[in-house]
Amino acid sequence: MIPEIGHFALILALCVAVMQGSLPIYGAAVGNSALMAVAKPAARAQFLLVLIAFCCLGYAFAEKDFSVLYVAATSNSQLPLHYRLAAIWGAHEGSLLLWTFILTLWMFAVTLFSAHLPETTRSRILGVMGLVSVGFLLFMLTVSNPFERLIPAAPEGRDLNPLLQDPGMVIHPPMLYMGYVGFSVAFAFAIAALLGGNLDAAWARWSRPWTTVAWCFLTIGIALGSGWAYYELGWGGWWFWDPVENASFMPWLAGTALVHSLAVTDKRGGFKVWTVLLAIMAFSLSLLGTFLVRSGVLTSVHAFATDPKRGLFILAFLAIVIGGSLALYAWRAPKVGLGGSFAMLSREGMLLANNVLLVAAMGSVLLGTLYPLFLDALDLGKISVGPPYFDSVFVPLMVPALFLMGIGPLAQWKKASVPDLAKRLKWAFGVSVVSALTLPIVLGSWTPLLSLGLLLAIWIMTTSAIGLRERLAHVNGNSLVERLASVPRSYWGMLVAHCGIAVFIVGVTMVKGFETEKDVRMNVGETASIGDYLFRFDGAQDVVGPNYTAVQGTFSVSRDGRDTTVLYPEKRRYPAQNQVMTEAAIDPGLLRDLYVSLGEPLDDGAWSVRLYHKPFIDWIWGGCFIMALGGALAISDRRYRLAWRRQEQAVPVPTRAARRKVA
Amino acid sequence: MKMKWVMLIILCVSGPAWAGEARPLADDPVAEARLKHLAVELRCLVCQNQTLADSNAPLAEDLRREVRDMIAKDMSDQEIIEFLVSRYGDFVLYRPPLKATTTLLWVGPFALLTIGAAALVITLRRRAHTVVDVVVTDEEHRKVEQLLAEGGKRS
Repeated sequence: MIPEIGHFALILALCVAVMQGSLPIYGAAVGNSALMAVAKPAARAQFLLVLIAFCCLGYAFAEKDFSVLYVAATSNSQLPLHYRLAAIWGAHEGSLLLWTFILTLWMFAVTLFSAHLPETTRSRILGVMGLVSVGFLLFMLTVSNPFERLIPAAPEGRDLNPLLQDPGMVIHPPMLYMGYVGFSVAFAFAIAALLGGNLDAAWARWSRPWTTVAWCFLTIGIALGSGWAYYELGWGGWWFWDPVENASFMPWLAGTALVHSLAVTDKRGGFKVWTVLLAIMAFSLSLLGTFLVRSGVLTSVHAFATDPKRGLFILAFLAIVIGGSLALYAWRAPKVGLGGSFAMLSREGMLLANNVLLVAAMGSVLLGTLYPLFLDALDLGKISVGPPYFDSVFVPLMVPALFLMGIGPLAQWKKASVPDLAKRLKWAFGVSVVSALTLPIVLGSWTPLLSLGLLLAIWIMTTSAIGLRERLAHVNGNSLVERLASVPRSYWGMLVAHCGIAVFIVGVTMVKGFETEKDVRMNVGETASIGDYLFRFDGAQDVVGPNYTAVQGTFSVSRDGRDTTVLYPEKRRYPAQNQVMTEAAIDPGLLRDLYVSLGEPLDDGAWSVRLYHKPFIDWIWGGCFIMALGGALAISDRRYRLAWRRQEQAVPVPTRAARRKVA
Repeated sequence: MKMKWVMLIILCVSGPAWAGEARPLADDPVAEARLKHLAVELRCLVCQNQTLADSNAPLAEDLRREVRDMIAKDMSDQEIIEFLVSRYGDFVLYRPPLKATTTLLWVGPFALLTIGAAALVITLRRRAHTVVDVVVTDEEHRKVEQLLAEGGKRS
C-alpha cells in the first residue's frame, strides 16, 4: 500500500509540475498575475508530493519490503538501517527520485527567498524549474519507476553493492546532487531572463548567491567522493579520471567559470551573453553527468542499447533541454546589451581569459570522457582514455589559469597597467620562484613538476596576501582588527577560496612527488618500514560484522621507537553477493597519511600487505573544504543579508494578507 | 614519478635484512618497479575502469605475470606494449595512441583553447570599437539597489 501511495504522489507531482511549467510562464508572457500566482503554491505542493514519494520509498527500504523490485534489487535484510536508507539512491531509479526531490527542494527554497524578485521573474524561474521536473517525473513514471512491484515478492534482497556500504554513500550522493541540481536555479534564472529579455545587473545579483551555494555543495560533494574512493577502494588513489568522476567534474569547471563570470556581470554589467551561456552549460553538464552515470552507457555503449526506451528518453530529454535553451539563447542573446567596455588587460579581461581556460579544460574532460563511447558507437574500434591522457591535457590548460588567478584579483577593472602590476607583484613573484626552486631541494628531491606545483601554490598565497594588504590600506579603522573586520565578506570569501586552491595544489604536488609505497610479504612479528615509520604485523583474526565476516590484521606503527598508532585493516567477505572487499586502515595526519591494506593470505599465516606513506594528502580535501568555506563566506556578505532583511521590511503583514487575497 | 621508483628500489634493496624484516612481495624489485611503471598505463581488461596496477581481478594477475615474464625475457617497454596491443588492441592502453581516429581526441583540447582565445581577442577588439564607454554607470547600480528594495512591493 505504502509504495502505491508513493507512486500516486509522483503522478500527482507530475500533474502539478505540468501546471507549474505552463501557466506561470504563459501568465508572465501575457501579464496575467492570477496565472503567475500559480507558481509559488504549485512549487510548494510539488515539493510536498515528491517528499511523500521519497518517504514512501524510504519506508519500503526500512521495512524491507522486497515486493518492491527496486528495494529487492538494492538491499538485503542483513543490511543495517542507515545503509538501507542510503540504498534509496543506490541505483538508477532511486537516484532519479533523489534528483527530483532535491530539485523540488531547491524550488521550495526559491519560493522562500524570492519575495524581492519581480513577480514575472519569479514565475518564469519556477516555471522553468517545473518544466525540468516534468522531464524527470515523466522519466520515472514511464521507464524507471522506483515503486514497481515484484510479485511474488522476493524472499531476500539482492543487497547493496558492498562497495557502497560506507558512510560515504550516506552523504556523498546527496551533496553532489545538491550541487548538480542547484545549478538548475542558475539555469532557470538565465532562461527566465532570456524569456523576459531583461538581462540586467539585477539578474546577476539575484542569481549569484544561488549559484555560489550550488557550487559549494558540488565542491564538497566531489571532495567527499574523492575521499571515499581513497579509503574504500584500497589502492590509495584519490582521483582516477574515471568517467563517473569526470561527470561531476565538468559541471564543477563550468560552475566555477559561471561564478566568476557572474561576478563581472554583477559588478560591471559585462559578459552578460557569456554568463547566460555558462549557466546553460553548467546545468546541461549536470544533466549529462547524471545520465552518464546512471544510464549504464559508461560500462558499455551496448548497455545503453539493451534498454532502448530509457536511452531514447534520456537522449530526447537532453536534446530538448539543451537544444531548447540554446535555441532560445541564439534567438534572444543578441538583443542583450554589451555592458561596459574594458581593455584586454584588465580584471574583466583576465577573468574572461580564465573562463576560456576553464571551459577549454572542461571541453577536454568532456572529449576524453565521451570519445571512447563515440568511437565504439561508430564501430571505429575500442580505446581507453585514462589518467595519462587527462594528465597530459588537463595540466597544461590549468597552469596558465592558476597563474592568472594570482594576477586577476589585483588588476584594476576596465584597464590595468603592466608596469603597475609588475611593481605590485614583483615581491610575490620573487618569493614564489625562489621558494619553489629551493623547497624541493630542502625536502630531498627536485623535479620540474614538483617545483611547478609549489610555484603555483605559493604564487596564489603570496598574491592573495598582497591583495589583502592593499585592501587593508584602503579601509577605515584604527586597529588592525577593526580594519580586518571592515573588509567585506565577499572579498574574504574570494581570498579563502583561492587559498583553498593553493592548499589543494600543495596536497597534489606533495603526494605526487613524495609518496612511497611498498608491497611486502609479512609474517606475524615481522616489520617493514616506510617513510620514517616502522610497521609491525601483530597477526590477523576473524571478526564478524552485521552483514559480513572479515579477517582483521593488526599493525603496530612506531617512529623512532615511539608508538604512533595501531591500524586494523580488514578483508571483508559479504555473503549476499559473495564479494570480497578490502578495507584499508588509515592513520590520517596534517603532514602525512599512513595507509595499510591487506592483500591476500599467503602460506603459514603470512599476508601480502601494501603500505603507503602519503605526505600532505589530506590537504587535497582540506583545500576543497576551504574553497567551499570561501563560497559560504561570500554569500554571507552584507549585500545579500541586507537584501533579505529589506525583503522582510518591504513585505509587511497587511501586504502579505492582501496578496493572499489576490491569489 | 621517477623519484618514487628510485626510492622504492632503494628501500627494497637497502636495509640490512635483520631478523623479522618483511620480505618484498616481488622476487626482483627492479623488475617489479618496471612492471608497475608499465601497469599504471595499462587497463585491466575485465574491470569496470581500473589500471592493471590497481586491479585485483584474477585476469589482471595473469596479465601482470605475462608482463613480468616479458620483462624477464629482457624485452623493452616498447616491445611489451606493442605485444600487448597486437594481442588486445588499443583498448589495453590508457594513453590512446595518436592515429587517424584519435586525432581529434589529442588535438581537440588545444584547438578548443586556440579557438576560445581567438574568439576572445576578436570579440574584445570588435567591442572596443562598438561599445560606447560608460555603459554601466552608478545609475545602473542605483537601479539594481532600487529593484532589490522595491521587488517586494512590486510582486
